[in-house]
Amino acid sequence: MPSITREEVAHLARLARIELTDDELDHLAPQLDQIIGLVGQVSEVAADDIPPTSHALPLTNVMREDVNVPCLTPEQALSGAPAAEEQRFRVPRILDEEA
Amino acid sequence: MTELIRKTAVELSELMASGQTSSVEIAQAHLDRIGAVDGEVHAFLHVDTEGALAQAAAVDAKRAAGEKLGPLAGVPLALKDVLTQEGVPTTAGSKILEGWKPPYDATVVQRLKAAGVVILGKTNMDEFAMGSSTENSAYGTTHNPWDLGRIPGGSGGGSSAALAAYEAPLAIGTDTGGSIRQPGAFTGTVGVKPTYGGTSRYGLIALASSLDTPGPCARTTLDAALLHEVIAGHDPLDSTSIDQPVPAVVEAARRADVAGLRIGVVKELGGEGYQPGVEARFHEAVELLTKLGAEVVEVSCPHFQYALPAYYLILPSEASSNLAKFDAMRYGLRVGDDGANSAEKVMSLTREAGFGAEVKRRIMLGTHALSSGYYDAYYGQAQKVRTLIAQDFTKAYEQVDVLVSPATPTTAFAIGDRVDDPIAMYKNDLCTIPSNLAGNAAASFPCGLADEDGLPVGFHVMAPVMRDELLYQVGSALEAALADQWGGVLMTKAPELEVTR
Repeated sequence: MPSITREEVAHLARLARIELTDDELDHLAPQLDQIIGLVGQVSEVAADDIPPTSHALPLTNVMREDVNVPCLTPEQALSGAPAAEEQRFRVPRILDEEA
Repeated sequence: MTELIRKTAVELSELMASGQTSSVEIAQAHLDRIGAVDGEVHAFLHVDTEGALAQAAAVDAKRAAGEKLGPLAGVPLALKDVLTQEGVPTTAGSKILEGWKPPYDATVVQRLKAAGVVILGKTNMDEFAMGSSTENSAYGTTHNPWDLGRIPGGSGGGSSAALAAYEAPLAIGTDTGGSIRQPGAFTGTVGVKPTYGGTSRYGLIALASSLDTPGPCARTTLDAALLHEVIAGHDPLDSTSIDQPVPAVVEAARRADVAGLRIGVVKELGGEGYQPGVEARFHEAVELLTKLGAEVVEVSCPHFQYALPAYYLILPSEASSNLAKFDAMRYGLRVGDDGANSAEKVMSLTREAGFGAEVKRRIMLGTHALSSGYYDAYYGQAQKVRTLIAQDFTKAYEQVDVLVSPATPTTAFAIGDRVDDPIAMYKNDLCTIPSNLAGNAAASFPCGLADEDGLPVGFHVMAPVMRDELLYQVGSALEAALADQWGGVLMTKAPELEVTR
Protein backbone atom coordinates (compact mmCIF):
# COMPACT_ATOMS: atom_id res chain seq x y z
CA MET A 1 0.00 0.00 0.00
CA PRO A 2 1.68 3.23 -1.11
CA SER A 3 1.82 6.10 1.38
CA ILE A 4 0.56 8.41 -1.34
CA THR A 5 -1.65 7.58 -4.31
CA ARG A 6 -1.62 8.99 -7.82
CA GLU A 7 -4.95 10.73 -7.07
CA GLU A 8 -3.50 12.35 -3.97
CA VAL A 9 -0.52 13.59 -5.98
CA ALA A 10 -2.90 15.05 -8.56
CA HIS A 11 -4.73 16.81 -5.73
CA LEU A 12 -1.45 18.22 -4.36
CA ALA A 13 -0.57 19.49 -7.83
CA ARG A 14 -3.86 21.39 -7.94
CA LEU A 15 -3.19 22.86 -4.49
CA ALA A 16 0.32 23.87 -5.59
CA ARG A 17 -1.03 25.33 -8.88
CA ILE A 18 1.05 23.13 -11.14
CA GLU A 19 -0.70 21.73 -14.22
CA LEU A 20 1.07 18.35 -14.26
CA THR A 21 0.82 16.09 -17.31
CA ASP A 22 -0.26 12.45 -17.01
CA ASP A 23 3.30 11.32 -17.68
CA GLU A 24 4.61 13.48 -14.88
CA LEU A 25 1.98 12.10 -12.51
CA ASP A 26 3.00 8.55 -13.41
CA HIS A 27 6.62 9.39 -12.70
CA LEU A 28 6.17 11.58 -9.63
CA ALA A 29 3.73 9.48 -7.64
CA PRO A 30 6.09 6.52 -7.00
CA GLN A 31 9.02 8.88 -6.38
CA LEU A 32 7.07 10.86 -3.81
CA ASP A 33 5.98 7.60 -2.22
CA GLN A 34 9.65 6.63 -1.77
CA ILE A 35 10.61 10.03 -0.42
CA ILE A 36 7.71 10.00 2.03
CA GLY A 37 9.00 6.62 3.21
CA LEU A 38 12.37 8.21 3.91
CA VAL A 39 11.10 11.33 5.65
CA GLY A 40 8.61 9.27 7.65
CA GLN A 41 11.60 8.06 9.70
CA VAL A 42 11.20 11.18 11.82
CA SER A 43 8.29 9.40 13.51
CA GLU A 44 10.76 6.87 15.00
CA VAL A 45 12.07 9.55 17.32
CA ALA A 46 10.34 9.76 20.68
CA ALA A 47 9.90 13.49 20.97
CA ASP A 48 6.60 14.05 22.77
CA ASP A 49 8.13 16.32 25.39
CA ILE A 50 10.55 18.05 23.00
CA PRO A 51 9.72 21.64 21.96
CA PRO A 52 9.74 22.27 18.19
CA THR A 53 12.40 24.50 16.62
CA SER A 54 11.22 26.58 13.69
CA HIS A 55 14.41 28.51 13.47
CA ALA A 56 18.04 28.09 14.49
CA LEU A 57 18.19 31.38 16.36
CA PRO A 58 15.83 32.98 18.86
CA LEU A 59 13.59 35.29 16.82
CA THR A 60 12.38 38.72 17.78
CA ASN A 61 10.43 40.98 15.52
CA VAL A 62 12.58 43.68 13.98
CA MET A 63 11.16 47.16 13.53
CA ARG A 64 12.68 50.15 11.82
CA GLU A 65 12.06 53.83 12.39
CA ASP A 66 8.88 55.04 10.71
CA VAL A 67 10.59 57.34 8.23
CA ASN A 68 10.62 57.55 4.46
CA VAL A 69 13.43 55.63 2.82
CA PRO A 70 14.17 55.28 -0.88
CA CYS A 71 12.33 52.47 -2.64
CA LEU A 72 11.85 51.16 -6.17
CA THR A 73 10.36 53.57 -8.68
CA PRO A 74 7.19 52.40 -10.46
CA GLU A 75 9.30 51.83 -13.59
CA GLN A 76 11.74 49.64 -11.65
CA ALA A 77 8.96 47.73 -9.95
CA LEU A 78 7.27 47.05 -13.28
CA SER A 79 10.50 46.35 -15.15
CA GLY A 80 10.11 42.56 -14.93
CA ALA A 81 6.33 42.42 -15.37
CA PRO A 82 5.04 39.97 -18.00
CA ALA A 83 2.47 42.63 -18.88
CA ALA A 84 1.94 46.17 -17.62
CA GLU A 85 -0.62 48.84 -18.37
CA GLU A 86 -1.04 52.38 -17.04
CA GLN A 87 1.73 51.90 -14.49
CA ARG A 88 0.10 48.74 -13.14
CA PHE A 89 0.64 45.01 -13.44
CA ARG A 90 -1.82 43.65 -16.01
CA VAL A 91 -3.13 40.26 -14.92
CA PRO A 92 -5.52 37.74 -16.51
CA ARG A 93 -9.15 37.78 -15.35
CA ILE A 94 -9.44 36.66 -11.75
CA LEU A 95 -13.11 35.63 -11.74
CA ASP A 96 -14.65 32.50 -13.22
CA GLU A 97 -16.58 32.62 -16.47
CA GLU A 98 -19.93 32.25 -14.76
CA ALA A 99 -19.22 34.87 -12.07
CA MET B 1 51.61 37.90 -16.61
CA THR B 2 49.92 34.98 -18.39
CA GLU B 3 49.58 33.19 -15.09
CA LEU B 4 47.46 35.84 -13.35
CA ILE B 5 44.64 33.32 -13.27
CA ARG B 6 46.67 30.95 -11.06
CA LYS B 7 47.19 33.57 -8.34
CA THR B 8 45.32 33.76 -5.08
CA ALA B 9 43.30 36.85 -4.23
CA VAL B 10 45.99 37.83 -1.73
CA GLU B 11 48.71 37.59 -4.40
CA LEU B 12 46.62 39.55 -6.92
CA SER B 13 46.07 42.26 -4.36
CA GLU B 14 49.82 42.53 -3.73
CA LEU B 15 50.54 42.70 -7.47
CA MET B 16 48.07 45.56 -7.84
CA ALA B 17 49.35 47.40 -4.77
CA SER B 18 52.92 47.26 -6.06
CA GLY B 19 51.82 48.46 -9.50
CA GLN B 20 52.90 45.29 -11.32
CA THR B 21 49.47 44.80 -12.78
CA SER B 22 46.06 46.45 -12.86
CA SER B 23 42.57 45.31 -12.00
CA VAL B 24 41.59 45.65 -15.67
CA GLU B 25 44.44 43.33 -16.70
CA ILE B 26 43.41 40.82 -14.06
CA ALA B 27 39.74 40.97 -15.05
CA GLN B 28 40.68 40.57 -18.73
CA ALA B 29 42.90 37.56 -17.97
CA HIS B 30 39.99 35.86 -16.21
CA LEU B 31 37.49 36.80 -18.94
CA ASP B 32 39.91 35.30 -21.49
CA ARG B 33 40.16 32.16 -19.41
CA ILE B 34 36.37 31.91 -19.25
CA GLY B 35 36.28 32.30 -23.02
CA ALA B 36 38.85 29.54 -23.38
CA VAL B 37 37.51 26.86 -21.02
CA ASP B 38 33.89 27.58 -20.14
CA GLY B 39 32.59 25.88 -23.25
CA GLU B 40 33.72 22.63 -21.58
CA VAL B 41 33.09 23.52 -17.93
CA HIS B 42 29.89 25.57 -18.22
CA ALA B 43 30.35 27.24 -14.85
CA PHE B 44 28.76 30.52 -15.98
CA LEU B 45 25.21 31.29 -16.99
CA HIS B 46 26.04 34.89 -17.77
CA VAL B 47 29.38 36.64 -18.21
CA ASP B 48 29.19 40.39 -17.62
CA THR B 49 32.26 41.39 -19.64
CA GLU B 50 31.39 45.05 -19.92
CA GLY B 51 30.29 45.45 -16.31
CA ALA B 52 33.33 43.61 -14.96
CA LEU B 53 35.79 45.70 -16.96
CA ALA B 54 34.02 48.89 -15.90
CA GLN B 55 34.19 47.87 -12.22
CA ALA B 56 37.87 47.00 -12.65
CA ALA B 57 38.63 50.32 -14.34
CA ALA B 58 36.89 52.15 -11.49
CA VAL B 59 39.13 50.38 -8.95
CA ASP B 60 42.23 51.22 -10.98
CA ALA B 61 41.18 54.87 -11.12
CA LYS B 62 40.68 54.96 -7.35
CA ARG B 63 44.08 53.37 -6.81
CA ALA B 64 45.70 55.90 -9.14
CA ALA B 65 44.01 58.70 -7.19
CA GLY B 66 45.60 57.39 -4.00
CA GLU B 67 42.36 56.25 -2.40
CA LYS B 68 42.63 53.74 0.42
CA LEU B 69 41.37 50.39 -0.87
CA GLY B 70 40.33 47.19 0.89
CA PRO B 71 42.29 43.94 0.54
CA LEU B 72 40.02 42.53 -2.17
CA ALA B 73 39.65 45.69 -4.28
CA GLY B 74 40.11 44.84 -7.94
CA VAL B 75 39.96 41.06 -7.40
CA PRO B 76 37.49 39.18 -9.65
CA LEU B 77 34.67 37.02 -8.33
CA ALA B 78 32.06 34.60 -9.66
CA LEU B 79 28.57 35.15 -8.22
CA LYS B 80 26.03 32.38 -7.76
CA ASP B 81 22.98 33.14 -9.86
CA VAL B 82 20.69 33.03 -6.83
CA LEU B 83 21.74 36.50 -5.65
CA THR B 84 20.30 39.59 -7.31
CA GLN B 85 22.62 42.01 -9.07
CA GLU B 86 20.99 45.13 -10.44
CA GLY B 87 20.55 45.04 -14.20
CA VAL B 88 22.31 41.67 -14.62
CA PRO B 89 20.24 38.61 -15.61
CA THR B 90 19.40 36.49 -12.56
CA THR B 91 17.67 33.15 -13.03
CA ALA B 92 18.44 30.94 -10.02
CA GLY B 93 18.89 28.22 -12.65
CA SER B 94 15.18 28.32 -13.53
CA LYS B 95 13.28 28.88 -16.75
CA ILE B 96 10.63 30.72 -14.78
CA LEU B 97 13.09 33.61 -14.29
CA GLU B 98 14.70 33.51 -17.74
CA GLY B 99 15.60 37.02 -18.84
CA TRP B 100 14.75 38.65 -15.51
CA LYS B 101 16.95 41.60 -14.60
CA PRO B 102 16.57 42.49 -10.93
CA PRO B 103 16.03 46.17 -10.13
CA TYR B 104 18.21 46.00 -6.99
CA ASP B 105 21.39 44.52 -5.50
CA ALA B 106 21.42 41.85 -2.79
CA THR B 107 23.17 43.07 0.37
CA VAL B 108 26.03 40.63 -0.33
CA VAL B 109 26.40 42.14 -3.80
CA GLN B 110 26.24 45.68 -2.45
CA ARG B 111 29.06 44.85 -0.04
CA LEU B 112 31.15 43.23 -2.76
CA LYS B 113 30.78 46.33 -4.90
CA ALA B 114 31.61 48.61 -1.98
CA ALA B 115 34.79 46.58 -1.39
CA GLY B 116 35.78 46.98 -5.05
CA VAL B 117 35.39 43.28 -5.83
CA VAL B 118 34.93 42.81 -9.59
CA ILE B 119 31.93 40.61 -10.41
CA LEU B 120 32.70 38.60 -13.57
CA GLY B 121 29.30 36.99 -13.97
CA LYS B 122 26.65 34.66 -12.62
CA THR B 123 27.32 30.98 -12.01
CA ASN B 124 25.27 27.90 -12.76
CA MET B 125 23.33 26.09 -10.05
CA ASP B 126 20.60 23.54 -9.48
CA GLU B 127 17.25 25.21 -10.06
CA PHE B 128 16.42 27.33 -7.00
CA ALA B 129 19.36 25.61 -5.29
CA MET B 130 17.49 22.31 -5.16
CA GLY B 131 20.09 19.68 -5.85
CA SER B 132 23.59 18.38 -5.28
CA SER B 133 25.00 18.21 -8.81
CA THR B 134 23.82 21.19 -10.98
CA GLU B 135 22.00 18.58 -13.07
CA ASN B 136 18.77 20.26 -12.01
CA SER B 137 19.75 23.53 -13.67
CA ALA B 138 17.39 24.45 -16.50
CA TYR B 139 20.45 25.59 -18.45
CA GLY B 140 22.56 22.44 -18.54
CA THR B 141 25.01 20.73 -16.18
CA THR B 142 28.31 22.18 -15.03
CA HIS B 143 31.30 19.85 -15.45
CA ASN B 144 33.86 19.17 -12.75
CA PRO B 145 37.24 20.55 -13.89
CA TRP B 146 38.97 17.57 -12.22
CA ASP B 147 37.07 15.19 -14.52
CA LEU B 148 34.69 16.66 -17.05
CA GLY B 149 32.54 13.51 -16.97
CA ARG B 150 31.69 14.16 -13.33
CA ILE B 151 29.39 16.60 -11.59
CA PRO B 152 30.98 19.51 -9.67
CA GLY B 153 28.58 19.18 -6.73
CA GLY B 154 25.60 21.38 -6.10
CA SER B 155 23.71 23.42 -5.82
CA GLY B 156 26.63 25.84 -6.13
CA GLY B 157 28.54 23.72 -8.66
CA GLY B 158 29.06 26.67 -11.00
CA SER B 159 30.84 28.69 -8.32
CA SER B 160 33.10 25.83 -7.23
CA ALA B 161 33.87 24.80 -10.82
CA ALA B 162 34.76 28.42 -11.70
CA LEU B 163 37.38 28.32 -8.92
CA ALA B 164 38.74 24.91 -9.90
CA ALA B 165 38.91 25.91 -13.59
CA TYR B 166 40.84 29.08 -12.68
CA GLU B 167 38.05 31.21 -14.10
CA ALA B 168 37.90 33.22 -10.86
CA PRO B 169 39.92 33.29 -7.63
CA LEU B 170 36.84 33.99 -5.50
CA ALA B 171 33.19 32.97 -5.62
CA ILE B 172 29.99 33.35 -3.66
CA GLY B 173 27.77 30.41 -2.83
CA THR B 174 24.70 29.84 -0.71
CA ASP B 175 24.31 26.91 1.65
CA THR B 176 20.92 25.52 2.66
CA GLY B 177 21.92 21.88 3.18
CA GLY B 178 25.49 21.80 1.92
CA SER B 179 25.40 23.76 -1.35
CA ILE B 180 28.68 25.55 -0.58
CA ARG B 181 30.52 22.77 1.26
CA GLN B 182 29.69 19.76 -0.94
CA PRO B 183 30.76 21.47 -4.21
CA GLY B 184 33.87 22.71 -2.37
CA ALA B 185 34.69 19.12 -1.39
CA PHE B 186 34.06 17.81 -4.92
CA THR B 187 36.31 20.39 -6.59
CA GLY B 188 39.22 20.57 -4.13
CA THR B 189 38.34 24.11 -3.07
CA VAL B 190 37.42 25.84 0.18
CA GLY B 191 33.73 26.43 0.94
CA VAL B 192 32.44 28.09 4.08
CA LYS B 193 28.90 28.24 5.41
CA PRO B 194 28.91 31.06 7.97
CA THR B 195 26.69 30.98 11.04
CA TYR B 196 23.04 31.34 9.97
CA GLY B 197 22.30 35.06 10.25
CA GLY B 198 25.99 35.95 9.98
CA THR B 199 25.53 36.90 6.32
CA SER B 200 22.48 38.68 4.92
CA ARG B 201 19.73 36.91 2.96
CA TYR B 202 18.43 40.17 1.48
CA GLY B 203 18.36 39.73 -2.28
CA LEU B 204 18.95 35.98 -2.03
CA ILE B 205 16.17 34.18 -3.90
CA ALA B 206 14.84 32.12 -1.00
CA LEU B 207 14.82 28.33 -0.94
CA ALA B 208 14.29 27.62 2.77
CA SER B 209 14.40 30.84 4.73
CA SER B 210 15.31 29.29 8.08
CA LEU B 211 18.33 27.54 6.54
CA ASP B 212 19.68 29.68 3.64
CA THR B 213 23.14 31.17 4.27
CA PRO B 214 25.36 32.96 1.74
CA GLY B 215 29.09 32.34 2.13
CA PRO B 216 32.57 32.58 0.64
CA CYS B 217 34.29 30.12 -1.74
CA ALA B 218 37.98 30.27 -2.72
CA ARG B 219 41.03 28.17 -3.52
CA THR B 220 42.73 29.02 -0.22
CA THR B 221 41.55 29.46 3.36
CA LEU B 222 42.92 32.99 3.72
CA ASP B 223 41.19 34.14 0.52
CA ALA B 224 37.91 32.70 1.84
CA ALA B 225 38.41 34.51 5.15
CA LEU B 226 39.01 37.85 3.43
CA LEU B 227 35.85 37.37 1.39
CA HIS B 228 33.93 36.29 4.49
CA GLU B 229 34.88 39.55 6.17
CA VAL B 230 33.66 41.60 3.20
CA ILE B 231 30.20 40.03 2.99
CA ALA B 232 29.38 39.28 6.64
CA GLY B 233 27.86 41.49 9.32
CA HIS B 234 24.53 42.85 10.47
CA ASP B 235 21.99 43.94 7.86
CA PRO B 236 18.81 45.73 8.95
CA LEU B 237 17.14 44.52 5.72
CA ASP B 238 17.27 40.88 6.91
CA SER B 239 15.13 40.27 9.99
CA THR B 240 17.22 37.23 11.00
CA SER B 241 20.57 38.98 10.64
CA ILE B 242 22.71 38.78 13.79
CA ASP B 243 23.57 42.18 15.28
CA GLN B 244 27.04 41.28 16.55
CA PRO B 245 30.59 41.91 15.35
CA VAL B 246 31.86 39.57 12.60
CA PRO B 247 34.05 36.79 14.10
CA ALA B 248 37.80 37.45 13.58
CA VAL B 249 38.07 35.10 10.61
CA VAL B 250 41.04 36.71 8.85
CA GLU B 251 43.14 36.77 11.99
CA ALA B 252 42.29 33.10 12.60
CA ALA B 253 43.21 32.15 9.03
CA ARG B 254 46.57 33.88 9.43
CA ARG B 255 47.21 32.26 12.82
CA ALA B 256 46.85 28.72 11.36
CA ASP B 257 47.35 27.13 14.77
CA VAL B 258 45.45 24.26 16.40
CA ALA B 259 47.69 23.66 19.42
CA GLY B 260 45.45 22.83 22.37
CA LEU B 261 42.27 22.98 20.27
CA ARG B 262 39.79 20.25 21.20
CA ILE B 263 38.46 18.45 18.12
CA GLY B 264 35.59 15.93 18.18
CA VAL B 265 35.23 13.31 15.46
CA VAL B 266 31.51 12.64 14.97
CA LYS B 267 31.06 8.89 15.37
CA GLU B 268 27.82 8.78 13.34
CA LEU B 269 29.33 10.44 10.23
CA GLY B 270 31.37 7.55 8.85
CA GLY B 271 31.34 3.81 8.26
CA GLU B 272 28.76 2.17 6.04
CA GLY B 273 28.04 4.11 2.85
CA TYR B 274 31.30 6.07 3.05
CA GLN B 275 33.86 5.58 0.28
CA PRO B 276 37.13 4.07 1.61
CA GLY B 277 39.27 6.74 -0.06
CA VAL B 278 37.21 9.46 1.58
CA GLU B 279 37.57 7.89 5.01
CA ALA B 280 41.32 7.31 4.52
CA ARG B 281 42.02 10.97 3.67
CA PHE B 282 39.75 12.13 6.47
CA HIS B 283 41.49 10.04 9.13
CA GLU B 284 44.93 11.11 7.87
CA ALA B 285 43.87 14.72 8.24
CA VAL B 286 42.70 14.05 11.79
CA GLU B 287 46.08 12.44 12.58
CA LEU B 288 47.85 15.44 11.09
CA LEU B 289 45.87 17.80 13.30
CA THR B 290 46.78 15.65 16.30
CA LYS B 291 50.46 16.01 15.38
CA LEU B 292 49.95 19.76 15.17
CA GLY B 293 48.86 19.76 18.80
CA ALA B 294 45.08 19.37 18.65
CA GLU B 295 43.39 17.12 21.20
CA VAL B 296 41.15 14.70 19.32
CA VAL B 297 38.32 12.69 20.86
CA GLU B 298 35.35 10.78 19.44
CA VAL B 299 31.96 12.35 20.03
CA SER B 300 28.49 10.88 19.55
CA CYS B 301 25.62 12.88 18.05
CA PRO B 302 22.87 10.23 18.16
CA HIS B 303 20.17 12.28 16.42
CA PHE B 304 22.23 13.16 13.34
CA GLN B 305 20.84 10.06 11.63
CA TYR B 306 17.45 11.80 11.57
CA ALA B 307 18.83 15.04 10.12
CA LEU B 308 18.26 13.96 6.51
CA PRO B 309 14.58 12.99 6.93
CA ALA B 310 13.89 16.09 9.05
CA TYR B 311 15.59 18.29 6.46
CA TYR B 312 13.53 16.83 3.62
CA LEU B 313 10.40 17.83 5.48
CA ILE B 314 11.49 21.28 6.63
CA LEU B 315 13.10 22.34 3.36
CA PRO B 316 10.24 21.39 1.02
CA SER B 317 7.73 22.93 3.41
CA GLU B 318 9.52 26.26 3.39
CA ALA B 319 10.30 26.00 -0.32
CA SER B 320 6.71 25.32 -1.31
CA SER B 321 5.72 28.51 0.52
CA ASN B 322 8.62 30.59 -0.83
CA LEU B 323 8.06 29.49 -4.42
CA ALA B 324 4.40 30.47 -4.30
CA LYS B 325 5.58 33.92 -5.35
CA PHE B 326 6.31 32.61 -8.84
CA ASP B 327 2.74 33.20 -9.90
CA ALA B 328 3.26 34.75 -13.38
CA MET B 329 1.86 38.10 -12.25
CA ARG B 330 4.68 40.49 -11.32
CA TYR B 331 7.83 39.13 -12.94
CA GLY B 332 9.19 36.13 -14.74
CA LEU B 333 7.51 33.77 -17.15
CA ARG B 334 3.80 33.94 -18.07
CA VAL B 335 2.24 31.14 -20.11
CA GLY B 336 -1.27 30.81 -21.55
CA ASP B 337 -2.41 34.42 -21.12
CA ASP B 338 -4.72 34.25 -24.14
CA GLY B 339 -7.47 36.50 -22.86
CA ALA B 340 -9.71 33.52 -22.05
CA ASN B 341 -7.71 31.70 -19.38
CA SER B 342 -8.21 32.79 -15.76
CA ALA B 343 -5.35 34.02 -13.60
CA GLU B 344 -5.37 30.72 -11.77
CA LYS B 345 -5.12 28.74 -14.99
CA VAL B 346 -2.29 30.97 -16.23
CA MET B 347 -0.52 30.47 -12.92
CA SER B 348 -0.80 26.67 -13.16
CA LEU B 349 0.31 26.58 -16.79
CA THR B 350 3.25 28.88 -16.04
CA ARG B 351 4.45 26.86 -13.06
CA GLU B 352 4.10 23.66 -15.08
CA ALA B 353 6.20 25.11 -17.90
CA GLY B 354 8.65 27.07 -15.77
CA PHE B 355 9.63 24.63 -13.00
CA GLY B 356 11.84 21.57 -13.47
CA ALA B 357 11.19 18.08 -12.11
CA GLU B 358 13.05 18.43 -8.79
CA VAL B 359 11.38 21.74 -8.00
CA LYS B 360 7.98 20.20 -8.65
CA ARG B 361 8.88 17.18 -6.47
CA ARG B 362 9.83 19.38 -3.56
CA ILE B 363 6.87 21.74 -3.89
CA MET B 364 4.55 18.73 -3.86
CA LEU B 365 6.34 17.18 -0.91
CA GLY B 366 6.14 20.46 1.02
CA THR B 367 2.50 20.92 0.14
CA HIS B 368 1.84 17.39 1.42
CA ALA B 369 3.86 17.86 4.64
CA LEU B 370 1.96 21.04 5.46
CA SER B 371 -1.53 19.74 4.68
CA SER B 372 -3.98 19.35 7.52
CA GLY B 373 -3.93 15.85 8.92
CA TYR B 374 -0.23 15.40 8.10
CA TYR B 375 1.23 18.55 9.65
CA ASP B 376 1.89 17.13 13.14
CA ALA B 377 3.27 13.82 11.91
CA TYR B 378 5.62 15.42 9.38
CA TYR B 379 6.46 19.09 9.75
CA GLY B 380 5.77 19.24 13.49
CA GLN B 381 7.81 16.12 14.20
CA ALA B 382 10.65 17.36 11.97
CA GLN B 383 10.82 20.55 14.00
CA LYS B 384 11.20 18.50 17.16
CA VAL B 385 13.99 16.48 15.58
CA ARG B 386 15.59 19.80 14.74
CA THR B 387 15.61 20.62 18.46
CA LEU B 388 17.24 17.26 19.25
CA ILE B 389 19.96 17.84 16.65
CA ALA B 390 20.69 21.29 18.07
CA GLN B 391 20.90 19.67 21.53
CA ASP B 392 23.39 17.09 20.20
CA PHE B 393 25.59 19.97 19.06
CA THR B 394 25.25 21.82 22.37
CA LYS B 395 26.29 18.72 24.32
CA ALA B 396 29.20 18.05 21.97
CA TYR B 397 30.48 21.62 22.27
CA GLU B 398 30.63 21.19 26.04
CA GLN B 399 33.44 18.68 25.40
CA VAL B 400 35.14 20.04 22.29
CA ASP B 401 35.74 23.30 20.40
CA VAL B 402 34.88 21.99 16.93
CA LEU B 403 33.43 18.84 15.38
CA VAL B 404 34.83 17.20 12.25
CA SER B 405 33.70 14.65 9.66
CA PRO B 406 34.17 13.96 5.97
CA ALA B 407 32.31 16.68 4.01
CA THR B 408 30.61 14.09 1.81
CA PRO B 409 30.29 10.29 1.92
CA THR B 410 31.76 9.93 -1.58
CA THR B 411 33.78 11.89 -4.13
CA ALA B 412 32.19 13.53 -7.19
CA PHE B 413 30.03 11.05 -9.10
CA ALA B 414 29.49 10.68 -12.84
CA ILE B 415 27.04 12.97 -14.62
CA GLY B 416 23.71 11.16 -14.91
CA ASP B 417 24.46 8.59 -12.20
CA ARG B 418 21.87 9.64 -9.62
CA VAL B 419 19.64 11.83 -11.74
CA ASP B 420 16.57 9.62 -11.47
CA ASP B 421 17.14 8.45 -7.91
CA PRO B 422 16.24 11.37 -5.65
CA ILE B 423 17.08 9.52 -2.44
CA ALA B 424 20.61 8.57 -3.56
CA MET B 425 21.06 12.21 -4.55
CA TYR B 426 19.77 13.47 -1.17
CA LYS B 427 22.30 11.29 0.68
CA ASN B 428 25.12 13.50 -0.60
CA ASP B 429 24.28 15.94 2.11
CA LEU B 430 24.31 13.56 5.10
CA CYS B 431 27.26 15.28 6.77
CA THR B 432 26.43 18.87 5.93
CA ILE B 433 22.73 19.07 6.82
CA PRO B 434 22.98 18.95 10.65
CA SER B 435 24.79 22.32 10.73
CA ASN B 436 22.04 23.94 8.65
CA LEU B 437 19.35 22.64 10.96
CA ALA B 438 21.23 23.93 14.02
CA GLY B 439 22.40 27.14 12.32
CA ASN B 440 26.03 26.80 13.31
CA ALA B 441 29.09 27.59 11.19
CA ALA B 442 30.72 24.88 9.06
CA ALA B 443 33.19 24.54 6.21
CA SER B 444 34.86 22.09 3.85
CA PHE B 445 38.62 22.19 3.25
CA PRO B 446 40.52 20.06 0.70
CA CYS B 447 42.32 17.15 2.39
CA GLY B 448 43.61 15.06 -0.49
CA LEU B 449 42.58 12.77 -3.33
CA ALA B 450 40.77 9.45 -2.93
CA ASP B 451 42.86 6.44 -4.00
CA GLU B 452 40.04 4.81 -6.00
CA ASP B 453 39.38 7.69 -8.38
CA GLY B 454 41.98 10.41 -7.78
CA LEU B 455 39.25 12.92 -6.96
CA PRO B 456 39.24 15.54 -4.19
CA VAL B 457 38.03 14.81 -0.66
CA GLY B 458 36.67 17.48 1.68
CA PHE B 459 37.41 17.79 5.40
CA HIS B 460 34.34 19.11 7.21
CA VAL B 461 34.66 21.33 10.28
CA MET B 462 31.66 22.42 12.36
CA ALA B 463 31.95 25.26 14.89
CA PRO B 464 29.43 26.74 17.35
CA VAL B 465 27.18 29.65 16.40
CA MET B 466 29.22 32.83 15.80
CA ARG B 467 32.51 31.00 16.30
CA ASP B 468 33.21 31.00 12.55
CA GLU B 469 36.85 31.88 13.21
CA LEU B 470 37.44 28.35 14.55
CA LEU B 471 36.73 26.97 11.06
CA TYR B 472 39.51 29.07 9.60
CA GLN B 473 41.88 28.22 12.43
CA VAL B 474 41.53 24.50 11.68
CA GLY B 475 41.32 24.91 7.91
CA SER B 476 44.43 27.05 7.57
CA ALA B 477 46.50 24.83 9.90
CA LEU B 478 45.49 21.79 7.86
CA GLU B 479 46.08 23.61 4.57
CA ALA B 480 49.59 24.70 5.60
CA ALA B 481 50.59 21.24 6.81
CA LEU B 482 49.22 19.54 3.68
CA ALA B 483 50.81 22.12 1.37
CA ASP B 484 54.16 21.26 3.00
CA GLN B 485 53.60 17.61 2.10
CA TRP B 486 52.33 18.29 -1.40
CA GLY B 487 54.43 21.31 -2.33
CA GLY B 488 51.32 23.48 -2.78
CA VAL B 489 47.58 23.49 -2.13
CA LEU B 490 45.53 20.59 -3.49
CA MET B 491 44.39 22.58 -6.53
CA THR B 492 47.94 22.52 -7.92
CA LYS B 493 47.35 18.80 -8.57
CA ALA B 494 44.31 19.43 -10.77
CA PRO B 495 44.63 18.32 -14.39
CA GLU B 496 45.12 20.97 -17.07
CA LEU B 497 41.96 21.85 -18.94
CA GLU B 498 42.05 21.84 -22.70
CA VAL B 499 41.95 25.40 -23.94
CA THR B 500 39.69 26.11 -26.88
CA ARG B 501 39.25 29.38 -28.68
